[in-house]
Order: sequence, then structure tokens, then C-alpha cells
Amino acid sequence: MLRLHYNLERVSMGLVAAIIVAASIGGLVEIAPLFTIDETLEAPADLRPHTPLELAGREIYIREGCYACHSQMVRTLADEIDRYGPYSLAAESAYDHPMLWGSKRTGPDLARIGEKYSDAWHAAHLVNPRAVVPASIMPAYPWLAATPLETSSLSAQMATLARLGVPYSRERIANAAQDALAQARPDSAGATGVAERYGARVAVRPFGGDPTRLTEMDAVVAYLQSLGRLTTAAHDPH
Amino acid sequence: MIASLSMPERQSGLILAIGLAVLGLAMLGAAKEGPMAVHGAMAMVLGILLAFALAGALFEPDAPAGRTALYYDEPTRFGIAMTLVWALIGMSIGVWVAALLYWPEATPLWPATSFGRLRPVHTTGVIFGFGGNALIATSLHVLQRTSRARLADSVTPWFVLIGYNLFCAWAVTGYLMGSTQSKEYAEAEWYADLWLVVVWVAYFALYLRTLARRNEPHIYVANWYYLAFILVVAMLHIVNNIALPVSLAGSRSFTVWAGIQDAMVQWWYGHNAVAFFLTAGFLGMLYYFLPVRAERPIWSYRLSIVSFWGIVFFYIWVGSHHLHYTALPYWVQTLGMTFSVMLLVPSWASAGNAIATLNGAWHKVRDDATLRFMFVAAVFYGLSTFEGSFLAIRPVNSLSHYTDWTVGHVHSGTLGWVAMIIFGALYTLVPQLSGRRTMAWPKAIEWHFWLSVTGTLIYVVAMWNAGITQGLMWRTYGANGGLAYSFLESVMAMAPYYLLRTVGGALFLAGAAICALNVRATMLAAPAAAGATDRPLLPQAAE
Repeated sequence: MLRLHYNLERVSMGLVAAIIVAASIGGLVEIAPLFTIDETLEAPADLRPHTPLELAGREIYIREGCYACHSQMVRTLADEIDRYGPYSLAAESAYDHPMLWGSKRTGPDLARIGEKYSDAWHAAHLVNPRAVVPASIMPAYPWLAATPLETSSLSAQMATLARLGVPYSRERIANAAQDALAQARPDSAGATGVAERYGARVAVRPFGGDPTRLTEMDAVVAYLQSLGRLTTAAHDPH
Repeated sequence: MIASLSMPERQSGLILAIGLAVLGLAMLGAAKEGPMAVHGAMAMVLGILLAFALAGALFEPDAPAGRTALYYDEPTRFGIAMTLVWALIGMSIGVWVAALLYWPEATPLWPATSFGRLRPVHTTGVIFGFGGNALIATSLHVLQRTSRARLADSVTPWFVLIGYNLFCAWAVTGYLMGSTQSKEYAEAEWYADLWLVVVWVAYFALYLRTLARRNEPHIYVANWYYLAFILVVAMLHIVNNIALPVSLAGSRSFTVWAGIQDAMVQWWYGHNAVAFFLTAGFLGMLYYFLPVRAERPIWSYRLSIVSFWGIVFFYIWVGSHHLHYTALPYWVQTLGMTFSVMLLVPSWASAGNAIATLNGAWHKVRDDATLRFMFVAAVFYGLSTFEGSFLAIRPVNSLSHYTDWTVGHVHSGTLGWVAMIIFGALYTLVPQLSGRRTMAWPKAIEWHFWLSVTGTLIYVVAMWNAGITQGLMWRTYGANGGLAYSFLESVMAMAPYYLLRTVGGALFLAGAAICALNVRATMLAAPAAAGATDRPLLPQAAE
């Protein structure tokens, strides 16, 4: 063996080839089978993708780096289930490009945060966390309520995600900007369209609380309220 | 810098600089606004400045004759300067965000400076800016000395270093503008990722072309590690960053991976960025600079072989230990855990080999702060890899995961191992590059050493306490059968540890600042004994 290596280390391309082989095996064994998981894992029938407004909120969640302090993955441990709710299923993030499971809980896990708190609580908390939770160490995001939501790129974003396998139909893509506004305007004419395209369980409410304009606050709160509620499968004990 | 290039090289450089300016203009024109436009403007300005400097130099004296009979160290000097610039940026931001966790009201109320946007500036700044520049700069030096050959050409190293720093600058300014893929340690958007691939291929080609010119029959072990670093980081970077841009005229893209596949690819990348960026590359550094400084040969050649192939083969399996008890299939978690434990063998073989190399030179470890930096680095490498294997065991991970224990573990590796070996290497290399026997301020190295060690210990011990406290509070049940503590109570319990961690980080930053000033003073000081400690370059074939 030593003789073999003695000769190998005299040939640079030999070293290169050996490194590539040695460093490929583990990844191939662990990652390749995950692409057959669709065959063994049944997607819940009621699983829906995010609505345009929730998707816009998710983009803001990513932009602000929320994932650095909040996980979205309840592990299969008794205390986590007692604290947060049912453990996270693989199917729940099947449409997430990228997943936001996170790696650190400087703040609590958010996988089951949807509908645990009111919209008003979330809006107040995001504007100034310490107004609602005095000991919180979360940064304040006051500009969310002041920044109008940019909805013109939502169609293009959803079309890109559709190419990656997220079930955004042509109709959903075409109505993206309109649905984003309508989901925060329950009295508007477009509100029924949101329910038609994304299901009756989708919340249609003035999330950010400002009826005069659609802001980033509407999107973030809509996104947070959707977490853990894209399917009921996790609550179903089979 | 430019004075060291021949006329044809200045012309090639001019073409590349104009190409960069055109690329920047194309990005600016396509995007018109947003992060991609800003990044295009940055590239355009850099390209124009370089083009002017190179065009002006076409009328200046040619590079000195006989330069091909010398090693080419100018790029290494530039890389070291960038290493220290990024050290100060990355570590300052680190101390600042650490302070924000203790004092959140201090966050200025504008988007660019909130914790979530600054945190990747810290990680990218220290890992890729500080660590990456140190790796490239030292690898070019080690490659030439162990091959007894000059770099294969003089333009490529500049392309690699300037291109790499442009990537780092694009990445961190992008985060400030809210442009991120949100994949940890791979946050830069698609065009920056593509640019890095181009830079990396040039780096790999330069490495192989220089190895092909070597005047030593064997490729020294340090180069095996640098090669593994270059190759596997390329593999990881490309696979993890495959993404579909929403538009070629905008910065936003979506990764092709989703859900559990994305989680597995991300942590296959994430942990092997630790393995092949923060470990393999720096072991290459250790295998050259420790024996040089101690003036002792590596203790065991066989152990080097075993540990090298062990690290290359075992590490790639371990990423799934980041996903214990998650929706990832159980067997993948178990494989990750098993290989993480097995990884202790090659890791400790490396650490042991380094420490045994110091046998017969312990008086130097006592007297020479530079060698002491490298000794402490090897010790922290051994401790961190033990801790890593331990934390990867499923039940241990149930307590430690998501807590500050992970942060403590990472910093025991990055401060204790990575940064210390960099400082040891710099203090060995900079005097030689400056034609001197010692640094300009030898006593400052002692100050730096003790600041670093104290800072690291305070940081790591604080985070161990923080993490274990958090983990226990989260899982403690009261007498009534309910959870004993709210999440908020666990946050409040962190305050003293977050304060201590900030103090530890500030001490470490102070040491790095002393290092930067010392390196600057040494590089600007007059040479004392030119090239006295350098290895001779054997006669070269004409270029």
C-alpha cells in the first residue's frame, strides 16, 4: 500500500482522480436515494403551495435573514412536540426552494406558528418586538409596515418555481399580483378568486392592518400565518 | 504589483481588465437597478481602474531581467494584505452582531444593518474573505517552495486573487441589499456563484500547471491537502448552488433542490465546507509551516497518508448529522453519525502527527509565539474534532442542536484552529517575503497570542454554558408534567453568556488588529537579510 502511494504522489493527475473518487462516494450514497423518495413518500392530498402573498412574505423572510435565528423543523422529540406541536413531515417542505429548516434557535421554532397568534400581534411584534415581549432580543423591522409590497415580479417568480415542479398553474401565475392584493382584502372582488385557486382553507384577511395599501407587513404576516398550515397531515395521527 | 509583470503580461492583464469592465457594464445594463446593477457597477469600476493602471504601465520599464529564476511572491503579498483586511471586516461585524444579541435596541432602524443581514456578512467575511485569501496566498507560496518551481505564469494568480475578492465583495454587499439565496455559507446569488466557478477553475489549472513544472519527484503532503481543498470545494459549490434565475437580468434565483433533498444537499455542502475549506486547506498550511518553523521534519509520513485519505473519504458522509431527528430518512442520519465518529481517527492522526513533529522543539514552542500559535492550533484542531464527533452522536445532538453549543463548537474550530494556524503561518511567511528574519515588532506577537488564546477560551466556554443551559431548559419538565420553562426564559438566561461572548470576540479582534499593523509595518520596513531563509529555486526551463 505504501509503495502504491509512493508512486501515486508522483503523478498529479493520479492524485486528482483519487481525490475525486474518494470524495464522491459518500455524497452519492446519501443523496442519490433521496430522489426516489417521491415513490415511497405519499404527498398529502390537501398539500398546497404558498399563495402569491405568502410567497412574497417568504422572500422577505429570506431577504432579512430570519432563518439565521428561527428554525422551521420540529424534531421527533417529546419536548419539542409539547412546545411547538406535531413534528415536521418531509412533505410539508416538498415545495420549498430552498427549505428553511434552519440550524439555530436564538428565537423559537416557527414551523407551527401559523394561527397561534393574531395578525395584530405579529404586526406589532415585527414593528417593535419589545412592545409585545419586553425581554425579546429580536431586531425591530419597522420598515415592513412602511414599504409598499412589490408584486410585479411575483408572476415571474412563480413561473420559475413552476419549472422546478411547484404546482403553480398558468392561471395561478397569471393572477399572481391580483391574488396577492386580494388575499389581504377580504371585501374585494378578487377575494373569491384566491379561494378558488388555492382552496377554501386559505386565510383571506387584512394581515398587516393597513387597509389603504398593500405593504411588506401584509406579506410577512400572511406567510407566518401559513406556516404549518399548508396541509393538515401533521395533525393527522393516521 | 504591476512592475513585476512583463510587457506581454501587462497586455494580457489589460485585455482581462477590459473584459471585466465590459462584463460589469453588461450586468449594469441588463439589470438597471437592484443588487445585480450595483454589482455590475462595482465590476465595471474595478475593471476600468485596473485597465488604466495596466495601460499606463505599458510605458514604464519592463520587469527586471532574470525574474524567471526567482519565486513569484507578489500575489502572495497581496493575498496576505486582503486576508487581514477581511479579518478586520469579518471579525468587527462578528463582534457587533454578538453585541446586538445582548443589546438589541442598538440595532439602527434601517434594513441594511439588522442582525439577519449582517450575520452572513460576518460568516462570509471570515470564512471566505479571511480564510479563503489566506489559503490562496499561502498555497501559492507553498506550491512554489515544495515544487522548487516558479508559478506557471504571472497573470493567472492575479486573476484568481482579484476575481476571488470581487466574489467576496459581491457576496457581502449583496446581503446588505437583501440579496441572498439563504443557504448557509452559500448565500451569494447565482451570478456571483458562476463567477466563482470561473475563478476556481483558473486556480485549479494554475496549481496543476505549476505542479507539472516541479523539480521534486514527489508532491509534498501539503499540496495533497490544497488540491483536495480546491477540487472538493468546486464540487460542493457547483452542486449546492445549482439554481434557476427568475430572470437573467436580476439577482433572484431559486435553488433546484427542494425540501429534504435541499436539506441534505445543503448540509452535505455545509459540513464539507468545514471539511475541505476550513480543514483540508488549513491542514495543508499546517503541514508546511509547522515543520518549517519548528525546523523538524513531519513526524510520520505513513500517518500523513492515512489521515489524508481518511479525511477525504470519511468527511463527505457526515453532513447528515446536522439533520438528526428531522424529516430526513433515519438511515441517512445514522450513516452521518457513524462516519462522524469514525472521522475522529484520521482527525486525531493529523493533530497527533503535528504535535509529535514538535518533539525536540518544545523549547521553541516555549520561546517563540509564532510556533506557539501553530501548536495551539493543532491542539484546538484535536479538541474541536473530538467535540464534533461527540456532538454528531444522535442523543447528544438532541440536546446540542439548535443551541449556542453549536456556535461554540464552530468558534473553537474557527478561532482556535483556523485563525491560529493562519496567524502562525503569516508570522512565519511575512518576514521571509519582506527579506527579514523577524517581524517588525516581535513583542507584539506575544500580545497577539495571549489576546487570541484568552478571547477564544472566553468565547468558547461562554457558548458551551449557554448551549447546555438552553438545551436543558428546553427539555426540562416540571412536577405537573408540563414543560418547566417558556422559550423566553431560555432567551433571558442567555444574557450573561452573550455579553461574555462579545468580550471574548472583542479580545480576539484586538489581537487580529495588532497582527494587521505588525504585518503592515513589516512589509513596509527595509529588508534586513534578503531571502536568508528561503529555499533555493532550481534552474527553470524558459517560460
